[in-house]
Amino acid sequence: MARSHVTTTVNGDEYEFLCDAEQTLLDVLRDELFLTGTKEGCATGDCGACSVMLDGRLVCACLVLGVEAAGKLIETIEGLAHGDELHPLQQKFLEHNGAQCGICTPGTLIAAKALLAVNPDPSETEIRYWLAGNLCRCTGYDKIIRAVMAAAEEMREGRS
Amino acid sequence: MDEMRYEAPETLDAAVALLAGADGDARILAGGTDVLVLLHSDMIEPGLLVDIKKIPELTSIAVEAGGFRVGAAVSAMELVEHDAFSKAWPGVIEGVKLIGSIQIMGRATMGGNLCNASPAADSVPALIAAGAIGTIVGPEGRRDVPVEDIATAPGETSLGKGEILVSFLFPPRPPHSGDAYRRFTPRTEMDIAVVGVGISLSLDDGGTCQAARVVLGAVAERALLVEAAAAALIGTPLDEAALERLAAAASAACRPIDDKRGTKEFRIKVAGVLARRAAQDALERARGN
Amino acid sequence: MTITQDDLRFDPDRKLKVVGTTPIKPDGVDKVTGRAKFGADTHLPGMLVGKVLRSPHAHAIIKSIDTSSAAALAGVKAVVTRDDFPELPPGEFRDISSNCMAREKAFYDGHAVAAVAATSERIAKKALKLIEVDYQVLPHVIDVMDAIKPDAPILFEDMVTKGMDPAPDGPTNILQRKEFTMGDVDAGFAEADIIVEREFDTKPMHQGYIEPQACVANFTEDGQTELWCCTQGHFVFRTRLAAVLKMDISRIRVTQSELGGGFGGKTMFYAEPVAILLSRKANRPVKITLTRNEVLRATGPVAGTHSRIKMGMTKDGRFTAAEAELYFQTGPFTGSAFANAPQAMFTRYDLQNIRAVGYEVVSNRPKVNAFRAPCVPQVVFGVEGVIHELARKIGMDPIDLRLKNAATEGYKTIYGATFGPIGYVETLEAAKAHPHYTAPLGPDQGRGIATGFWFNRGGETTASLNITPDGTVTLLLGNPDVAGSRVSICMMAAEELGIPVDKVRPIIGDTSTLGFNRVTAGSRVTFSAGMAIVLSARKAIETLCQRAAMMWDVPEDGVVFEDGHVRPASSNVGDFEPLSIADIAKKATETGGPIAGHAEIVAEGAGPGFGCHIVDVEVDKETGAVKILRYTVVEDAGKAIHPHQVEGQYQGGAVQGIGWALNEEYIYDKDGRMENAGFLDYRIPVASDVPMIDTVIVEVPNPLHPYGLRGVGEVPLVPTMAAIANAIDDAIGIRPRSLPMSPPKVLKLIEEAEMSRDQA
Repeated sequence: MARSHVTTTVNGDEYEFLCDAEQTLLDVLRDELFLTGTKEGCATGDCGACSVMLDGRLVCACLVLGVEAAGKLIETIEGLAHGDELHPLQQKFLEHNGAQCGICTPGTLIAAKALLAVNPDPSETEIRYWLAGNLCRCTGYDKIIRAVMAAAEEMREGRS
Repeated sequence: MDEMRYEAPETLDAAVALLAGADGDARILAGGTDVLVLLHSDMIEPGLLVDIKKIPELTSIAVEAGGFRVGAAVSAMELVEHDAFSKAWPGVIEGVKLIGSIQIMGRATMGGNLCNASPAADSVPALIAAGAIGTIVGPEGRRDVPVEDIATAPGETSLGKGEILVSFLFPPRPPHSGDAYRRFTPRTEMDIAVVGVGISLSLDDGGTCQAARVVLGAVAERALLVEAAAAALIGTPLDEAALERLAAAASAACRPIDDKRGTKEFRIKVAGVLARRAAQDALERARGN
Repeated sequence: MTITQDDLRFDPDRKLKVVGTTPIKPDGVDKVTGRAKFGADTHLPGMLVGKVLRSPHAHAIIKSIDTSSAAALAGVKAVVTRDDFPELPPGEFRDISSNCMAREKAFYDGHAVAAVAATSERIAKKALKLIEVDYQVLPHVIDVMDAIKPDAPILFEDMVTKGMDPAPDGPTNILQRKEFTMGDVDAGFAEADIIVEREFDTKPMHQGYIEPQACVANFTEDGQTELWCCTQGHFVFRTRLAAVLKMDISRIRVTQSELGGGFGGKTMFYAEPVAILLSRKANRPVKITLTRNEVLRATGPVAGTHSRIKMGMTKDGRFTAAEAELYFQTGPFTGSAFANAPQAMFTRYDLQNIRAVGYEVVSNRPKVNAFRAPCVPQVVFGVEGVIHELARKIGMDPIDLRLKNAATEGYKTIYGATFGPIGYVETLEAAKAHPHYTAPLGPDQGRGIATGFWFNRGGETTASLNITPDGTVTLLLGNPDVAGSRVSICMMAAEELGIPVDKVRPIIGDTSTLGFNRVTAGSRVTFSAGMAIVLSARKAIETLCQRAAMMWDVPEDGVVFEDGHVRPASSNVGDFEPLSIADIAKKATETGGPIAGHAEIVAEGAGPGFGCHIVDVEVDKETGAVKILRYTVVEDAGKAIHPHQVEGQYQGGAVQGIGWALNEEYIYDKDGRMENAGFLDYRIPVASDVPMIDTVIVEVPNPLHPYGLRGVGEVPLVPTMAAIANAIDDAIGIRPRSLPMSPPKVLKLIEEAEMSRDQA
């Protein structure tokens, strides 16, 4: 059977690709578009390493089909920085050592950005529950949470 | 089946026709948080996947008959963000919020959570406690059924070939009503209920319980609507004695199994504990409105 | 005179500019932008997808494998089975090979039995279904104590326990026995006023790295192999692959990716030799990425244990003797490193009389792999529980009891080494002084402490430091950076050279770029590679001085290197403007060529590490749920080169221990199949399960390292489960002796505690 032809927008750029019906958006991003910043940790939606934004909603790319991306707006880690200017979350992850091995970092950054979009001043507990879907085995979460709090603070100051 | 076909019809009729006309296994794709996991682990090999998210009736939330009609394919996150619904049914929202992570909630749907027919589905006890009605459309037309009659056993529903769960109708709330959902999991998040309890109740002006529905999840082959547990509350001010009877009735109704998520003994005991806690939550909410 | 590592001694008076600060790590930006390349991120032209067929049986004879239909499927380019693996004599490499691809028997659910390479994942998966394996299913055994029962199914009919005298007269599942003794244990117990003896169980857990193993192999027609993979030790992979595949070591080039977590679990390969053999047959590159299900079913769990631990004490709180009998699960093949346990379990106490016996036991579970302080946390769970009880019995503060018995400099350990300056006492004192230790507790809350030790390791290490023509510096390192070693090593190089750390850029070289490096494990890398890079830097400085002397035309001993500049040693030498590294580098061609330093060493002098954890828990008495309220890790780092990296080790280790303590375990069905092979039901802690993890970095310098550092990666896990169990006791009145301390088990203990209170 012919593969499906899909047109979608990733980080503001239009992409076209062919995919099998069962291929996930994660497969497509990594293996067809070579956007390998989005990671696979489980492929069952339990680790959050493949977190991306799909039409403004935080989702696991492993639980979206490639064909479902047709006509949608997708944001991945590769679109987080603007030119050579890192997003405040990226900067704070660097300063606070929020990325240890770094495999969960892209997904966590995307999830954290989604949080700050709806809640610019989250408490520690709110951050912890929002990021519960982003497993990290290295850091014990401490420095991730601190980095998100610091980025939120900086972004609030930037706005005011 | 070698290759799977994906279809995303824009009308209910087209979706029903696709499902009814399929040879072999055809599956509905709503949020995909269960069906794609099954698909990629080779637990299922459907020849056809019908994506129902492009059908407006399945993805809208509307006020109807003083209550709410919620499309079965509305994502958990959309429902949580719906202020009026969240205010009316905080217990349902508690269940919906526990379906999974924020990422999962961005996709998962209440219809899928119900039709996946896991006895541990987090949104189901409060949904049943709410007395919601499911609207089903199929080759034979449209029918309404109480939600407790939809999931029948693990992985099995009462839906016939070609039938689609379209929406849920939540009844209007009398004054002094409240609902709540409590579950037990070893972790705070990202876990499957070991026991879940949904309770909805209404009080009269004097604070006596007029009506109650108590539903247990993960303690039987499907979520259980426990009338004896509700009876323990009705006619009482939910005092200590009533809560004791509730806990005992909840524990007595359990017929769990030992599995990887919990033991029989533990589930029976904790069902009573959670029933009491959920009742206290619901009571506090009922008193507040 | 050539500098050697013996010249690298800690100098307490040295003023530090870089070491001890927290610069952004050189691998940081790539990690926050998605640019960092991990195991699964390599794509080669023409690459095929490899998939592995795995045994659904826990124990079965593989009578035959028919791959003909799979091989005939369009798009399938190669099929590999046991027949493609070279025959090897019994021993380490045959075990490794047999774990990567089952030979006569499949020994666990998930054991690889065949593999295919195809043009797409869909075709590869379809091909696996066409492979027909004829199994003769055998009775199986999972649990360590079940495996040593007289009627247990035997995994290897020819296995006679090593280290037993007399040797058993028939086959058993006990692979080997090792005994460690010092002093006179019987006399020690005779001296005791109080003896506590308890039995403990711990469950296997998985290292739980978020990145599944992935590799790409490219075997060329002239017999060269390139391999890209995520590994903790690409040099060790190379050596073992050469042995398993009977190839020359020099024909294999392994390039390590960024490592998405390992914790010991990526010290051994699984699909890598399979990918090489598939590539050889297909004449194309082959990529194999394990699924999470495969990772949990077939890769490195940690040994489950059963232990009996006995300690004696005088009534005034002096330990007189300790004894232990320990059983370790190892899966079907040796690999538990269980001998660590008897050597480390009591080491931190001034004990003179110890007998500790360990047994390594095979069963139908995946072959175990290393995990932070392999096999030590499991038995410290027991040791620190016994000491907790001893403290209770005489009403002594648990830190005071440990202080009273703390080993200090000069203590001769059970493994033969004598302690130099160590920081156990300082660690205990810092814990005692921490406000956490005396903070008030609420109802249903409890506090526990426990302590731990790890040897810390050194070993073969190589490094190269190159001074570029503009005076900036590149480093070539040979150890995968599991979390923070690169930046720390750069900082030591910058400190030596007197330049800012951002003028030092590291890469980790593939196996063809440097001499052999031991695996990144045992908390050895920042210590050992730090040593190698300091040695390299000092050699480069020697050359810089020679070149400056040449430029000034003065004797070599007329110059000194200070603050990144070569200066005249005194005004007698002459009046010269100091030369920066850049000034000298610019003239390198005229003065003798490029300037570099390199080192090939066996790093020695790793200083032992000690930690003390304080934890508060709250127990829901109706459900048995345990909540971690507050957690403090106090540990001696010798010297924290980059404090954030050290804290990260402390915090991460503690949270892994929280998972092991409360929820993580393998669940098997009656047929020996793993039931929870996914992150939904294999419950590692999520962000909302844990609080901030407070840290105290104690610094008692290691005199044998130029910056005084000690390894910090292993110790943070060691006392965790014991500390939590002791805290649960404080909250409910009964000390758990079995892991995980999951809600159903804790609820049972609460009921037991209530019953015994009612009876009393």
